[in-house]
Amino acid sequence: MENNQYQKTMAGYSGEEGDLIPILQGIQTDLGYISEEAVRGVSHFLKVSESQVYGVASFYSQFRFNPPGRNSVKVCLGTACHVRGGQILIDQVERELGILPGQTTADMRYDLQRVACLGCCALAPVVAINDDIYSRMTVVLLKKTLSEYE
Amino acid sequence: MNNLETLRNAAKLQWEQLKNNPIPLIYVGTASCGRAAGALAILDAIRKTLEEKNLTARIVEVGCIGPCYLEPLVDIQLPGRPRMSHANVTPERARYLVQSYLKSDKPAVRLAIGHFGEDSSEFVQKVPRFFDLPMLKPQVRIVLRNCGFIDPAEIDHYLANDGYLGILSAFAKGPEGTIREVKEAGLRGRGGAGFPTFRKWEACRKAPGTQKYLICNADEGDPGAFMNRSLLEGDPHAVLEGMLIAAYAIGATRGYIYIRAEYPLAIVHLKKAISQMRAYGLLGKDIQGSGFDFDITIKEGAGAFVCGEETALIASVEGKRGMPRSRPPFPAIAGLHGKPTIINNVETLGTLPNILRNGAAWYTQFGVEGNRGTKTFSLVGKIKRAGLIEVPLGMTLRKIIFEIGGGTTKKFKAVQTGGPSGGCLSEEFLDTSVDYESLGAAGSIMGSGGLIAMDEDTCVVDLARYFLDFTQKESCGKCAPCRVGSKHLVEILRKITKGEGEPKDLAMLETLGDTIKRGSLCGLGQTAPNPVLTTLRYFRPEYLAHVKDRFCPATVCRALLEYRVIPEKCTGCQRCVSVCPTGAITGPRAKTHNLDASKCIKCRACYEICRFDAIAGDAIVIKSTRRASDE
Repeated sequence: MENNQYQKTMAGYSGEEGDLIPILQGIQTDLGYISEEAVRGVSHFLKVSESQVYGVASFYSQFRFNPPGRNSVKVCLGTACHVRGGQILIDQVERELGILPGQTTADMRYDLQRVACLGCCALAPVVAINDDIYSRMTVVLLKKTLSEYE
Repeated sequence: MNNLETLRNAAKLQWEQLKNNPIPLIYVGTASCGRAAGALAILDAIRKTLEEKNLTARIVEVGCIGPCYLEPLVDIQLPGRPRMSHANVTPERARYLVQSYLKSDKPAVRLAIGHFGEDSSEFVQKVPRFFDLPMLKPQVRIVLRNCGFIDPAEIDHYLANDGYLGILSAFAKGPEGTIREVKEAGLRGRGGAGFPTFRKWEACRKAPGTQKYLICNADEGDPGAFMNRSLLEGDPHAVLEGMLIAAYAIGATRGYIYIRAEYPLAIVHLKKAISQMRAYGLLGKDIQGSGFDFDITIKEGAGAFVCGEETALIASVEGKRGMPRSRPPFPAIAGLHGKPTIINNVETLGTLPNILRNGAAWYTQFGVEGNRGTKTFSLVGKIKRAGLIEVPLGMTLRKIIFEIGGGTTKKFKAVQTGGPSGGCLSEEFLDTSVDYESLGAAGSIMGSGGLIAMDEDTCVVDLARYFLDFTQKESCGKCAPCRVGSKHLVEILRKITKGEGEPKDLAMLETLGDTIKRGSLCGLGQTAPNPVLTTLRYFRPEYLAHVKDRFCPATVCRALLEYRVIPEKCTGCQRCVSVCPTGAITGPRAKTHNLDASKCIKCRACYEICRFDAIAGDAIVIKSTRRASDE
């Protein structure tokens, strides 16, 4: 099933080196992450080594290598959020969920990412859960908000 | 049918009809920032109200007009009346406004914060002109002229507002004439370095080869800057027209837009705009009968700050890791796939149509000698009026921060220009003119336009650590000074913020910072130490307080803080006891609570609840106290 999905993504490309990043982006959109198998498949398709594929993928912060959780928690650590206490918020999430940025909880309920600027600096500090953006967040409110996502 | 003038006339007719609206118009700012503030919920509330009350109005979604602190903005224009702007609108307030304007004889005009147009009739009452508001008045809007006024999804709106006149003017002048015009305008690259745009173009035009490329750099990586995003979301055609002009001048037939994948709305608007251009004969073969062929492809960046550097960006477009290479050869001679390539920033491109349309002489009236025109900035941080602004170059930092930004929340302490690559300037630099040379002389840079204001609650040591932590993580790892040096800078800064620093660390930071600046391959490393070096220069006593007294004057560095309960204020409400994750706070109801510092992890939950909960007494304080160092 997974195999078919990324084969389908790659089918739209001619197989040039410049296609590598768009293909990886397509796979991540479909699968939610870049699996080991996907790296092998892309390497085969573009006729470049697996280490080159993984090297490029791991260079860019957009790509993740483990499956995402049901709810994606993004804590903004852009400059404006930092000076307004973003670090305290991410510490809270890490403590609450027991995971570090880039990881997913064992029950797959949440994953955590730190992002650099969600683009609403005037409303800092900001936390996004899935597509919902919470502005002027506080530690106490964050705990409550997290629990609302199953 | 693709004749631009015919299309423009039709567009103008449509635009006039919209302006002389027979039905009420409701403008909602739905750029990313407006959405973050809740614009979509408001849009929904407005639609529902119209439906339920059986009212007729046309909703126009517009880009960001700039003052983010007023978001979400809802403007209502009744037929024959000026457009009235309402700030910080909630869905309930939106329902009320719609009904008031559309149903009542006496609309709630008094709730507006500003109006557009010259109307000074009784209707607007005492509401000032929007552009006379203190944040807007000192601004000059050239690049952002359409943002907030046109629907970015409508090419006709852009055409009706003199869109694509610039490229026609370029066609009339020819490529050399276009380059000359940009030279006379004195336009310098708005991406950060301020290199004269015409010089790059000339080199590329003269470079041998038939295949040349133009790349629009929309990889806005500065965490805390959103000028390019706002422009792309609010007026994508301005940037695309700029690309046509630049490509025509240098002789490129292929264009790429390298844009952050984190800007999904901007990408949607660009894709739409590009297909509209194709339909109007503004892309493809023989554009508007000029003999010039050009097409544009969007490349989504995958998130790497270093890709703002030209050669790294090219490597990324080619599908490689975004690592810079040494120059020369410059991309203008050997760039993408080894062919002559020009990379221009979004704002540079967005300025071009204005220069070509109005002429170099018009453009040079703005700004100062050697620094002509305007620059957009994201004014954020501890500022009262945060938002996107555009000012003529040469304005002082004081005017920007205090007149436009309304000053800082608490007492002004510092301003960081140029984002993570820039410097942190103290109060004595407030009268510095914002131009490339003056900021450079102060040890900072213009950069792409991030301006972060700080008040006395911001710790500059912590801020320097934050920026270095960012650049260190974003270092591509190719050259040792940046890869190893930035790591050590962060380690030392971390040590200092933890209260484990020693006085000799400060000298080490300076030596190391200087070495990284001089030894690094690309702009990332060459500027990375700026935040440390400038804060050390202008805020040395604050560093000394950290290393000598184990004291953080701004009460930010967590290891140097203590949480305490003030017994006289404590109401014994137990709210803090209930939120404390480690059981550090104990105490029976109605008795003064006790905070065990050895269990406290300084998570701030008790402080927040004590501060903002009605029954609590604001009894918990966070303090940093001077302690003699171990030496």
